Amino acid sequence: MTMRLPSFDLATPTTLQEAAGLITDPTATIVGGGTDLFPKMKRRQTTPVTLVSLAEIDALKGIRIDDEGRCVIGAGVTLAEVVTSPHVPAVVASAAEAIASPQIRNTATVGGNLCLDTRCNYIDMPELWREASGHCLKDGGDTCWVAPRSDHCWAISSTDLAPVAIALGGSLRLVDADGERLVDVEDFYQNDGIDYHTKSPGEIVVELVLPAFAGRATYLKHRRRGSIDFPLLGVAGAATFDDAAACTGVRLVLGAVASAPLRATAAEEFLIGREFTDDVIEEAARLASHPVRPQDNTDTGSRYRKWMTPVFITRALQELGER
Amino acid sequence: MSTGDYTVVGRRLPRVDALQQTTGQTRFADDLNPPGVLVGRQLRSTHAHAVITSIDTAEAAALPGVKAVITGADLPITYGILPVSQDEHALALNRVRHVGEPVAAVAAVDAETAERALALIDVKYEPLTEVVTLDHALDPDRPLIHGEGQGQNVHRTAALEFGDVAEGFAAADHVREDVYFFGGNTHAALETHAAVASCSPEGKVTLWSSTQVPHYVHRALAKVLEIPAGRIRVIATPNGGGFGGKTDPFSHELVAAKLAMLTGRPVKFNLSREDVFYAHRGRHPVLMWVKTGFESDGRITAMHFKSFLDGGAFGSYGTASLYYTGALQTSTYRIPNYCFEGMRVFTNKPACGPKRGHGTPQARFAIESQLDKAAADLGLDPVAIRVRNAVEPFSTTVNHLRITSCALNECIDAVVEQSGFHQKHGRLPKGRGVGLALGCYMSGAGLPIYFNKMPQSEVQLKVDRGGGVTVYSGATDIGQGSTTMLATVVAECLGLEPHDLTMVTADTDLTPVDLGSYSSRVTFMAGNAALEAATKVRARLLDAVAAKLEAAVEDLEVANARVSVLGDPESGVSWTEAVVLATAATGPLVESGSYTAPKLAGPYKGAGVGISPAYSYTACVVELEVDADTGMVEVDRVWIAHDIGKAINPLLSEGQVEGGVYMALGEVLFEEQAFRGGLHRGPSLLDYKIPTSLETPTVHTTLIESHDPEGPYGAKEVGQGPLLPVIPAVANAIHDALGIHIDEVPITPDKIVAAMRDAARGGTGRFGPKTVPDFDFGELIRVEPPEGFIAP
Repeated sequence: MTMRLPSFDLATPTTLQEAAGLITDPTATIVGGGTDLFPKMKRRQTTPVTLVSLAEIDALKGIRIDDEGRCVIGAGVTLAEVVTSPHVPAVVASAAEAIASPQIRNTATVGGNLCLDTRCNYIDMPELWREASGHCLKDGGDTCWVAPRSDHCWAISSTDLAPVAIALGGSLRLVDADGERLVDVEDFYQNDGIDYHTKSPGEIVVELVLPAFAGRATYLKHRRRGSIDFPLLGVAGAATFDDAAACTGVRLVLGAVASAPLRATAAEEFLIGREFTDDVIEEAARLASHPVRPQDNTDTGSRYRKWMTPVFITRALQELGER
Repeated sequence: MSTGDYTVVGRRLPRVDALQQTTGQTRFADDLNPPGVLVGRQLRSTHAHAVITSIDTAEAAALPGVKAVITGADLPITYGILPVSQDEHALALNRVRHVGEPVAAVAAVDAETAERALALIDVKYEPLTEVVTLDHALDPDRPLIHGEGQGQNVHRTAALEFGDVAEGFAAADHVREDVYFFGGNTHAALETHAAVASCSPEGKVTLWSSTQVPHYVHRALAKVLEIPAGRIRVIATPNGGGFGGKTDPFSHELVAAKLAMLTGRPVKFNLSREDVFYAHRGRHPVLMWVKTGFESDGRITAMHFKSFLDGGAFGSYGTASLYYTGALQTSTYRIPNYCFEGMRVFTNKPACGPKRGHGTPQARFAIESQLDKAAADLGLDPVAIRVRNAVEPFSTTVNHLRITSCALNECIDAVVEQSGFHQKHGRLPKGRGVGLALGCYMSGAGLPIYFNKMPQSEVQLKVDRGGGVTVYSGATDIGQGSTTMLATVVAECLGLEPHDLTMVTADTDLTPVDLGSYSSRVTFMAGNAALEAATKVRARLLDAVAAKLEAAVEDLEVANARVSVLGDPESGVSWTEAVVLATAATGPLVESGSYTAPKLAGPYKGAGVGISPAYSYTACVVELEVDADTGMVEVDRVWIAHDIGKAINPLLSEGQVEGGVYMALGEVLFEEQAFRGGLHRGPSLLDYKIPTSLETPTVHTTLIESHDPEGPYGAKEVGQGPLLPVIPAVANAIHDALGIHIDEVPITPDKIVAAMRDAARGGTGRFGPKTVPDFDFGELIRVEPPEGFIAP
């Protein structure tokens, strides 16, 4: 038996303005592909009265290269389209291909993955389980079961696109009933499992804007199976080098280690001006892993995920430094 | 592969139900929607261990659209699959013993109403201290899960010694003691359990259910509903996978029937994936200690094996599961002195039970892992130590198991040669490895689950005047192809094609009893029963045609839908004419056959577990690659050879082997029914990780035909045995790749990395349990080896 969705009203606006007007209602929720939302509704983690579908809004569709050479990906573009698009940077396509399964990618959207709710194996559980466990902080209770003395939620940012978008210096265009704004992807997120992004309830993510990038970039995703699974760890890196192989610019971003993608700024600063030799990579991996504190709230446990952080950072930097 | 002298046996024919299945016409339990069907839902416990102080169903019952609400008080009679473990209630009565245990049930006009009604049922609980681990269960200050007060929650113990292990160890040149743990896992059949019940105006109850054991469900219904079995009909619908997970009578089956009786309308239950994780009955977590003595040439002199099973909240098959952890050591290797001590505890978790290999894969993992360690100690290779000890055909084991056909050595030769094992073992670059392991399984349990002297399988055959043949068998096709097997056996005997026959199966009104699709018994037992019935029909046809042709019966043959003179296929009469002749001569062409296993049990308590009319044998080599830094394992290839006796249908047989390999790889690398306190760590197929097609390697299957003297056309089992060696072969290959020992299943990346880090710090590079509890298994039953037993 498949779990049943609770009843809801469905609105299908055809313009952004119409959609922005509808979602000011606090009982309404945006739905893109629904692959994150519907399972949560089936588990009764959320029971919105109205779903505002973005599926019929043309402004959210399409992938293009704009006048400044930037790749602009509509929030309503499916992950399957990203995988096969000739316009999308290869690292973004490969990150998209590492998300979920082919069937899910056919309906899941770019906007949906960027807004993916934080995950935790105390919250992403059936209703009966959550009742038996006692509802956690993110579930309307007053205790975070991952860290019972914590005053905030430790659910994990599990988007694969965001670390890559941050590494590439991407930004998001948001609109609401009053207008629009452009925000760096990095600033879109904050390290709190409940308020994990800075989007106001009335805002809609319209598009992901990726500046032209001439350096090397990579995204490594660690997961148990070759399909379906959310990341245990994601490492995105983008770097440019001078003719002497010294690093002239680098971004290193860790996914699935906190409630937001985590930028390894200490490691980035260390890498600038240096060639990616084994010793340099080792020190950068140490600097980048040091602040990471995975919790025991997804597969394989916190100790292993802590161990894996320098391993994957090292591999990512080796890839970037390959000549 | 040669088909020998057979016409249809041994041919790679599609299943008789292949077209129905592939065109979506097979009707599973959830596809049945009789007029007026109500939707059933169960309310489940949110406590692992608690007293139910009150249940108020008034509001739920008053909700418009709700037709009935029942609680434990409505079905107070206990049941359980084994006569010794009648410890379950259809709905919890006074006590809940695990999270997810059904507490109340409703029947309503639609799913939404039923679910709203569940939310209106007010259950008050008084929590009790939870008993979640083996250590908890052994703590005398924790509450009893079954019974009042405090004490150790020991369900069952076993302590048996065959021969003299002290003497055997004294004679050994080398003795090893090792500790292993096998985490529990679940079946994860694609089809979740479903059942539809109806009750006629005359009070006759019919249950359609995705069950592997309609006969046992029939008995449980009669007991719990308190109506004569003759007024109950159970129809097993085609199962979308079973693997042992649909082998108990379940709450939703009993509750559906009760609600149908109360409402006079059909009632359907279809469990959610979460519900199935709570219904469970999967592989027991088992902690094991094994001490084995070896001579310097690798010959085993004695083995002492202890197992500690975490059984969950109910008995289920647990008593049998416990004995199975100790039963088949001796049917794989010649062990002259053997001691088995085992115990099973109750804990506040979903009950464990039988899963493919029932109780034996855990022990297989321990023993095959230890054999590789012993081989290394003695300077032997993994092949040599196994060949030295491999059981021989037509022998008797120290614990009184009768071995008949056995092609274990041929299986070893096949996989060792095909894989290039000798060229690879110990010689591949770091991170790559090969591993070998063996296994043995039963072709049906020698005894039924409840004591009786009736046949274990009965088949009826009816031939109508138009020549149509209908086969009636209680056997349940759970996807393994048992219906095709039966059709093939009968068609071979009668000179027909399997697709010519009409198959009526698994319906307690229409078909005679077959005990069920468990313990790999159907080909051997139902196959033999079908062959006996078909042989009787054949004899009557031959007699009638011989009289007509004035020929001797010995000069006739039945082939290609014709009864003809040997060597002259155009002679004689057509099948239909032969049927008319036989019916005219001797009346209705209706015959029956049955199978009862020979008396095989040894002279001791517990001897009923492990006996079988025949054993299958398997050898497996796995080649894999491990990333030493991440612990990620990629299995490249699996070579597996299985002594099947005779492949009635090689296509389906290979499917069973490949399915077993796939399931084993899931168990060894991914799957665990794990808990955090009394809470399942992830009752969903996102969190409970079964391998995808990307994790599934190329499998090279070889079927070895040893032609069992008692199997139908020489056939033995293939449904369970092939799983067994794959798990330890992976463990042994990981050791070959990296030099570490992961003595705990599942072998997840975190354990591999932990062992690598330990080795890097100068440790042993082993991950696994260190000790077993100091536990008194009770008085040791000493059993003399069978008469004429010759120690190897």
